Amino acid sequence: MSAHHPAAPVGGKLFNLPVMICSVLIAAMLAILFVRFIFGLGAVTNLNDGYPWGIWVVFDVVIGSAFACGGFSVAMLVYIFNRGHYHPLVRPALLASLFGYTLAGVGVLFDLGRWWNFWHILWPTYANPNSVMFEVAVCISAYVMVMWIEFSPVFMEQWGLKVQKQKLEKVLFFFIALGTLLPMMHQSSLGTMLVVMGPQVNPLWQTPIVPLLYLLSAIVIGYGVVLFESCVAASAYRRQIEMHLLQPMAKIMLGVLAVFMLIRFGDLVVRGALGHALSPSLEAFFFWLETACFAAPFLIVGTPGARRNPARLFLAGCAIMMGGILLRINGFLIGYDTGLGVDHGWNYFPSIAEMIVTLGMFAIEVLAYIVITRRFPVLAREGAAH
Amino acid sequence: MATRRDFLKGCLAGGAAAATAVLPETACARDTLVRPPEGLGLLYDATLCVGCQACVAACKRANDNPAEFTAMDNLWDTPLDTSGHTFNLIKMYRNGTMETKDSELNGFSFMKTSCMHCADPSCVSACPVSSMQKDPVTGVVSYDPDACIGCRYCVAACPFGIPKYQYDSPTGKIGKCELCRHRHEDGHYSACAEVCPTGATLFGRTEDLLAEAKRRLALKPGEWTTVPRGRLPATGETPEAAAKWKGPVDQGYQAQVGNYLQHVYGETEYGGTQVLKLSAVNFQKVGLPDLPPKSSAASSETIQHTLYGGMIMPIAVLAGLTWVAKRNVVPDDDDKGGQS
Ligand code: SF4
Ligand code: SF4
Ligand code: SF4
Repeated sequence: MSAHHPAAPVGGKLFNLPVMICSVLIAAMLAILFVRFIFGLGAVTNLNDGYPWGIWVVFDVVIGSAFACGGFSVAMLVYIFNRGHYHPLVRPALLASLFGYTLAGVGVLFDLGRWWNFWHILWPTYANPNSVMFEVAVCISAYVMVMWIEFSPVFMEQWGLKVQKQKLEKVLFFFIALGTLLPMMHQSSLGTMLVVMGPQVNPLWQTPIVPLLYLLSAIVIGYGVVLFESCVAASAYRRQIEMHLLQPMAKIMLGVLAVFMLIRFGDLVVRGALGHALSPSLEAFFFWLETACFAAPFLIVGTPGARRNPARLFLAGCAIMMGGILLRINGFLIGYDTGLGVDHGWNYFPSIAEMIVTLGMFAIEVLAYIVITRRFPVLAREGAAH
Repeated sequence: MATRRDFLKGCLAGGAAAATAVLPETACARDTLVRPPEGLGLLYDATLCVGCQACVAACKRANDNPAEFTAMDNLWDTPLDTSGHTFNLIKMYRNGTMETKDSELNGFSFMKTSCMHCADPSCVSACPVSSMQKDPVTGVVSYDPDACIGCRYCVAACPFGIPKYQYDSPTGKIGKCELCRHRHEDGHYSACAEVCPTGATLFGRTEDLLAEAKRRLALKPGEWTTVPRGRLPATGETPEAAAKWKGPVDQGYQAQVGNYLQHVYGETEYGGTQVLKLSAVNFQKVGLPDLPPKSSAASSETIQHTLYGGMIMPIAVLAGLTWVAKRNVVPDDDDKGGQS
């Protein structure tokens, strides 16, 4: 069912404005990382004893990996729910995920205070299977490997490795299954990481069902990212938008989103935590901002007519991504408070240097996306089949 | 044929997988851990503390920690809070005119800030590389810098804000009180308790310390009573057992009973801690969190083990997914032809 949509390299020049901008950002990032590794985390970050985790963990890893759920969300649609016609979306989504995760894995190193020991996390004698972080690390490492395997047919196609590709495809279904399970495991665990922090996390985000919330929201974000990315790729490469795919996918996205919202609010009501959303506090403000972002897609693309409008699909994708960012920032930063501010009111706002590193990581992703889509068969061949 | 039936099967498998993957089952629930019976700890009695900070200096010396300067003249060690280089600090509560000690209104009080050596420590549960560990006999929560990757999850997890990272160093470690375990071998107990002139910080077995704390709570405020200093001997301690520890014995003296709140902080919080605290001023006002008897480590590990215990569920889900994927994956090769 997938054979109608051969993918092909986009082609074109590699040196253009976006590539230049990305290169500058990456250079700035490398300079900052040099300082960080010579002088320590305190030299470039605003991290402190009250906020041990900043945007390098929350943005680059917790949010970055959720954004990289496009590959998993679409693959699930195609291979698990047998919606073969979405197949043209698989490769581009997988590509974005591949880099999102690989970089999240590399980005963790910048944040580790004792980074030369990083391998301990995968070494049996050090492992602590009770630790949620341990589970997240193992799953993400495994998932990165699985994704490279899932994506390797693209390279094999380009380099004419026909025999290898056929062999791989015989077992690919297993990697696809694994590639669906692993993100389900660690996306839910990214939420579970909050549980051990107990009352330090505001009750609006501290709940025993946080794994389910993070899992569902990651799936929704996955679709949101695909909407966003398809629109951007189409306009950047002046290609037709795959409206016939994005429209029904947006509908599926709304369905999962509705389930997410029901569970989110059901949980708040059952735990009696909704009161925290009504107090005049920063936390309450951010809670409503997050809720508004998650609710917006219903208004933006709620009707079949609205879903025919690419601009609306793009906006809905942006709103979902914003909601996902806020759910995670709220849990890990805004709603996190050691509550021990008797002598010290701890504060955290990322330093410019921290932001540049995060931007630099993003730039690597964009750069890799451009280079690979231009040189390898990722996007569906223009005009093919439809 | 890609049929509707296949799709429904797919939905069922995927949906069931997602549902079972997140519903915690009571069967796997893990209870809050309790203190080991021979566990060691400290009793801090805020009403006896005079705020001399002798324990802070002794702790620095015992742990080879440098001074931290926050005043202009850089003459004294003046840490503002516990840090990667300060494992113990006496903090002060102040209100109004600060006239009366141990009074919430127009008064002041002290509070010792250091690791509580929790019965069910969040830091141990959080640490991915077993760098934080709880000794099964003494209950001391230790830190191993050679294992640590510096992820600071322990810092984020501890409800008392105790583990701290050394941000000023490119090879920073986590700093935290380990109950002076490195001194135990030579018979030295906690340096902070050893030097405390009033016995406000007392070392001993947690069970004995708890009994002593309850004895104090039962007395009438203002009454005179004997309070021990340094190390509290275990009830019915044999001379051999006592000989393990250096330092003068029988340092008790007469002191007036404080106006205690009827609560031993650490007796039940998060399943109990091995460091116990007495105070006349509301514990939250002196910087201790209000914690339920159930530890967050128990909640977290219950979820974790429900989802991944024995890897049975992930493997079952994987089997389901593999089965569905095998039916649905069609090789990309153009020569195979589509079938949808
Ligand atoms: S007080 Fe904090 S650092 Fe100490 S044992 Fe408890 S959780 Fe760990
Ligand atoms: S910082 Fe070190 S001790 Fe703390 S959780 Fe991470 S690895 Fe464990
Ligand atoms: S037991 Fe030792 S390390 Fe802990 S606070 Fe006392 S002196 Fe410091």
